[in-house]
Amino acid sequence: MNSTLDSQNQPRKVVEMRDIVKRFPGVLANDHVDFDLLEGEIHALLGENGAGKSTLMNILAGMYKPESGSIKVHGKPVTFTSPRDAITAGIGMIHQHFMLVPSQTVTENILLGLDEPRFIMDLKNYDQKIIELGEKFGLPVDPTAKIWQLSVGEQQRVEILKMLYRGADILIMDEPTAVLAPQEIDILFITLRNMVALGKSVIFISHKLHEVQKIADRLTVLRKGKITASGVDAKGKSRAELARLMVGREVIFNLDKKEAKPGKVVLKIENVHCLNDKNLKALNGVSFEVRSGEIVGLAGVAGNGQKELADVLTGLRLCSEGTIIVQGENIVNMDAKAGIRHGVSHVPEDRTHVGTAPNLSVTDNVIMKNYYKKPIARGWMLHSPSADKYANEMKEIYDIVVPSVETPVRLLSGGNLQRVILAREISSQPTFMVAMQPTRGLDVGAIEGVQKLLLLLRDAGAAILLISEELEELISLSDRILVIYEGEIMGEVTDGDIGKIGLMMTGTRQEQLESMGVQDAN
Amino acid sequence: MQTDSGKIPSNQGIFPFRIKFEERISDVPKWYTFAISFGAVVFALLIGAIILWLAGGNPWATYAHIGRSSFGSIGVFSDTLVKATPLILVGLACSVAFRMKLWNIGAEGQFFIGAFAASAVILIPILPETAPSWLFIVVTAAAGLIGGGLYGLIPGLLKARFNVNEVISTLMLNYIAIAWNNYFIFAVWTEAGFQMSKVFPQNSWLPRLTDLGSKIPAFRGLTTHFGLVLAIIAAVIVWLILYRSRWGYEIRLIGDNPKAATYAGIPIKKHIVWVMVLSGALAGLAGMSEITGVVHRFQGAISPGYGFTGIIVAWLAKLNPFAVIFVSILFGALILAGREIQPSGVPKMIQGVILVSLIASDFLVRYKVSISRQRAEA
Repeated sequence: MNSTLDSQNQPRKVVEMRDIVKRFPGVLANDHVDFDLLEGEIHALLGENGAGKSTLMNILAGMYKPESGSIKVHGKPVTFTSPRDAITAGIGMIHQHFMLVPSQTVTENILLGLDEPRFIMDLKNYDQKIIELGEKFGLPVDPTAKIWQLSVGEQQRVEILKMLYRGADILIMDEPTAVLAPQEIDILFITLRNMVALGKSVIFISHKLHEVQKIADRLTVLRKGKITASGVDAKGKSRAELARLMVGREVIFNLDKKEAKPGKVVLKIENVHCLNDKNLKALNGVSFEVRSGEIVGLAGVAGNGQKELADVLTGLRLCSEGTIIVQGENIVNMDAKAGIRHGVSHVPEDRTHVGTAPNLSVTDNVIMKNYYKKPIARGWMLHSPSADKYANEMKEIYDIVVPSVETPVRLLSGGNLQRVILAREISSQPTFMVAMQPTRGLDVGAIEGVQKLLLLLRDAGAAILLISEELEELISLSDRILVIYEGEIMGEVTDGDIGKIGLMMTGTRQEQLESMGVQDAN
Repeated sequence: MQTDSGKIPSNQGIFPFRIKFEERISDVPKWYTFAISFGAVVFALLIGAIILWLAGGNPWATYAHIGRSSFGSIGVFSDTLVKATPLILVGLACSVAFRMKLWNIGAEGQFFIGAFAASAVILIPILPETAPSWLFIVVTAAAGLIGGGLYGLIPGLLKARFNVNEVISTLMLNYIAIAWNNYFIFAVWTEAGFQMSKVFPQNSWLPRLTDLGSKIPAFRGLTTHFGLVLAIIAAVIVWLILYRSRWGYEIRLIGDNPKAATYAGIPIKKHIVWVMVLSGALAGLAGMSEITGVVHRFQGAISPGYGFTGIIVAWLAKLNPFAVIFVSILFGALILAGREIQPSGVPKMIQGVILVSLIASDFLVRYKVSISRQRAEA
């Protein structure tokens, strides 16, 4: 097939994936997905977190085995059983987390795992080869430098060189810009252009629309494991259209929602700045307030500072600048206890690693925020009958399905685990709650239950900040929606206009929208 | 078309059976865990028997001899308890620290410093020789606790303040403790140039069962001393701390998930310091109990590696304070048997095999194993 295409002087298909299905426990990560890559193109793979982009590419790179479906590379059917097979076929994947040995040099890292040099480490020769390879593709790097001395951008170059050195002509880049500073991104884009000009093909996984439009030739969009746009011209679609293909538009749940009665300001944050785990800017002067009795939604594509915002509000991350005032006291850069004293509760995004202690019992997990208070604490002792009684009450009220409160929570299903967390966080009668992705991964019934609990909490007078990537959920639950983009608040939407939210999510400010006179981007 | 991933036929080969491991998703009953551990010990003894048989010995006679020389009479059982006493305290010390995933492997050093501090009370002397026995017990025990505690404080502070790896710092401090003690043995409290102090005055000895021999003839010659009582009290207190106190709850929470602990507002660094102090204090008490209960003079070579055996004891007891008592008695028996039978390497080997099979048996608690016949065409 490739030869006929070749003779017609069309770009050859270097990768053809057909009808790929991949399941993980409880999730259909790829649902009959097709994907084509042409020679010499940069093909963007778009989608939200959990849409199945990385899964699809891990299949192509030999990390996962699909349940069904076929893959052809350069027209030949292939079955990969390991990444080594994929490399041999010319496919190299550059992961988000670099796989480099920090204490070794660039050359040593590139040669790692190869058959050459066999015995004598005549690295000088190889240094020269690597310099030449780098010059050819515009990837300047000092081969004798140790990895730990290099910037993140340079380390990424080493990863690319590693793949090129192994003869890869199809490069998969998994969110390569997520770790880079803006100038480094520009350099990376020049490099990518260079490489395709020399006949390489690149798959660029991303969820950042502006970058995709800047660099990609064609794009494919995944949503919840399914293709929503396949191989379309990257410049042929507006950002709003792409945003809709990514986040979709589903029936909005009809919730029995009363009119909000916002009261006094409970949370007021001003000009908050902070860094993320990679020491890059995550929040860049965020200011807003949340009143009692209202739910404020925070919309945004994942990785635009939402997690960091939740962390700084609950004392898990330090701010470099700014104030966080809860009930009149500035709690910025205090530990979590300071917030807990003021009635701040937190439904964390990561249920198993932050929200619960997996090997401890349901009882131990529900008392996490009030174990030091009466009646559970009696002096320095913990009164376990009181703790068990409290846990059993929580089990009844929040409908936690578990044989006994002694059961370790690692044995609970996702929905039940979330109920344990919500039971703990809601029963503390918070004045302010940060709820991050409270319904992610739950089934429909559980989602409704969680949403109702949040509305009840609102009606009881709590101030709630709801952070979610599910736009439908944000729109149906929130009384107003703030949109965050690269650590800055783009604007506020009160009428639930999904088009406006979509544009702000991709970096358009509210003022710009108004001056453009956008009514409805639908 | 969409097959369940679990049913995918994999590695069909010459082997006619297929063994599948699945992580258990439901809780196993308590008796099951117990039965598995018991089975593992039996399995280990069988392996030991095979090795003994291969070496030309009679395994059953050997086991019977081990049993007799550790449990055979009240006299040898008393000796077993003497060996178990320091193991209980050191095992508790490790259990407390390990519960928070603080890898204190410096119990040996803390044991030596505890022994030093208790000896100092007697040799400086802080208490006159004629002081009553109960006063000696209180003061030397306090000294042992404080000495070991301070010696645990050092790695605790280093870890909390500078994030120094406690495995390295506690390990290295062991050598310093031994050298420190040797200085005093050789230079300060040496008796007539020998590498040991004078014998402690009788009043400072921990009371032994044999001391009651004049009243209760059955106790005559039994060396089990008051340290065992201290060890059992310590086990109860450690259990209360871990399972019935706020502090223990915080320790368990940090141990299981430090991120969740931070999220609940618990200051982890403060706990690192205090847990290391408690762990060190318990090991120090073991040193005090050994020096005033068994050795009765300050000298070198007071421990055949109790501090390290304590690590194994804690691990086998799954960090449960009461289980520590029973595991310690088992290990005490094996140490004692080591002196009784030839070749003396045998009990050590059995210890090792028991440890390995108990640790490996944990796999059966966490995973379900099913063996099925490989279908011809799957």
